[in-house]
Amino acid sequence: MAAGKEALHVGQLKLTHSFAPLSARRLLVIGGILLILAGMLFGDIFAIFVLHQNAGQINQRLVAATRAVSAGDVNGVSAAFQDIGGFQENRGTKVDAHAHLIAFGYIALLLAVLQPFVSFSERARKKVAAIFLFGSALLPVGVFLIHYVGLALSPFAALGWASVAADLGGVLVTVAVALDLMGLFRYWRRSSSSIEAPTMKDALLHERSWCARALLAGGTLLILAGFAHGVLYAGLHLYDYEARDAILVRQMATRAASGQEAQTANLLTSYAHLQGAKAVNIAAHAHIIEFGVLCMLMALFQPYVYLGERWRRVWAVTLLAGSLMLPLFVLLELNLGLLAGGIADLGGLLVIVALAGMLTGIIRYTGQLDTTLEVTR
Amino acid sequence: MISARKLLIASGLLLAIWGMAYGFFYAVFVEHQTLDRMGGALASGFTFAAQRNLPAADAAFGEFTNISYAYVRQVDAHGHWIGLSMLLVLFGIVFHRLNASPKNQLWLAWGLVCGAVVFPLGVLMESFNTGWGPRLVAVFGSAVMILALAATTVAFAIEDVSKPSDHYLSR
Repeated sequence: MAAGKEALHVGQLKLTHSFAPLSARRLLVIGGILLILAGMLFGDIFAIFVLHQNAGQINQRLVAATRAVSAGDVNGVSAAFQDIGGFQENRGTKVDAHAHLIAFGYIALLLAVLQPFVSFSERARKKVAAIFLFGSALLPVGVFLIHYVGLALSPFAALGWASVAADLGGVLVTVAVALDLMGLFRYWRRSSSSIEAPTMKDALLHERSWCARALLAGGTLLILAGFAHGVLYAGLHLYDYEARDAILVRQMATRAASGQEAQTANLLTSYAHLQGAKAVNIAAHAHIIEFGVLCMLMALFQPYVYLGERWRRVWAVTLLAGSLMLPLFVLLELNLGLLAGGIADLGGLLVIVALAGMLTGIIRYTGQLDTTLEVTR
Repeated sequence: MISARKLLIASGLLLAIWGMAYGFFYAVFVEHQTLDRMGGALASGFTFAAQRNLPAADAAFGEFTNISYAYVRQVDAHGHWIGLSMLLVLFGIVFHRLNASPKNQLWLAWGLVCGAVVFPLGVLMESFNTGWGPRLVAVFGSAVMILALAATTVAFAIEDVSKPSDHYLSR
């Protein structure tokens, strides 16, 4: 019994060592999950309140542009396209902010797993982690502000201050990843020499619980499905859609110029459907792969999810279900319309809830570890 | 000989750095200018049509199509390099669980690395050359990636859980 307690104590100390209070790994795990949650919440809000309305506004301005072409109103055309440019910038910057927040969250989690093997002092690792997280927040915030700040007070012809902030964020993130890679090379160099054999064991590298295996297998299958969809889309639709896009734009303008209003209206409808088909295919492809990667990443962090086995399984299954639901119903939006869109949003919400549940477990775990550390002292 | 895990993690992080550097260069020197040109060409096409100057409108729409074709691929290359780099690092972390010999693990790792580098490169090349060459490079890269990923999935599925783990990330 005493030996068992001692073994448990030693195990806790090992875990404490790799997940110590304010350690680089803890910063990256919690920061990474918060980045992913922020990106997903932002994406859900954007999908519900901005995306469809924005597409509708662009379509309305295209109708106005074709009417201006019919009337020979050059100023009307110019005004419509100025508005379209604004709407597209609004949509594009928000999609970019959403995608970058989540991607940086994933990279933070990957770097967190690698931290014990980054051969720098803990202080240096913490600084690198802080640089990474600062850059990861700065880039999406900068990108989000591009639409609102524009070129105000900027000395550059095409870049505004928000773009400069975003680019600086990108540089910081790149430098942090390069520094961690240098630390890994140092570790490998040392571990290959017989004098300094590796002594660092890491619990995250051999987690084989039910939840971890389900998330790992489910994540890999989601990624494979996403790749298969990408191949089908690129092979069957991409070039066809691009050719149809070019033809429709040309025909809209020429038919409007020759006063064929009914045909122009039909072309506008076809154009809107084509844009919808492109958007749902790209969104489904990107989301299924991203969620696959997320499931695999969360599989690695299961030892830190300090919850009862039942709840760990509930969150793992919820994460897998949401990860499948969102891309599947995004794809079905073309046939089922807003109903599928609503179910897809629900899928996104399930992913967010599952991730928040796992984060709660990880925060509970940090509290338990810190208490153990204080008792030991 | 380099191990499969080292190869995947090192090349994944290098590819991430490369993808980010490319993204930085593209955002600073190319993207805003390209979007301005693309929007300008589309608006010009409609303006010429309003003026009943259809040959000029046709030329403007042609320019819009070409810029749009290149823009989509240049952004896709950035997204795919970073996305695939994350996958390489992730597989590097868990590759010791694969039910495959070290030699086969290394083959799979080389397949994943090759696909992750070549597929987006082919996509990017398409923005400079609309012929079949770059398309074939992209198809080859994606085929290698998918085959390696499918084999990896199978090797994960038949994982021998009784096998001792490598905790050290050193092999």
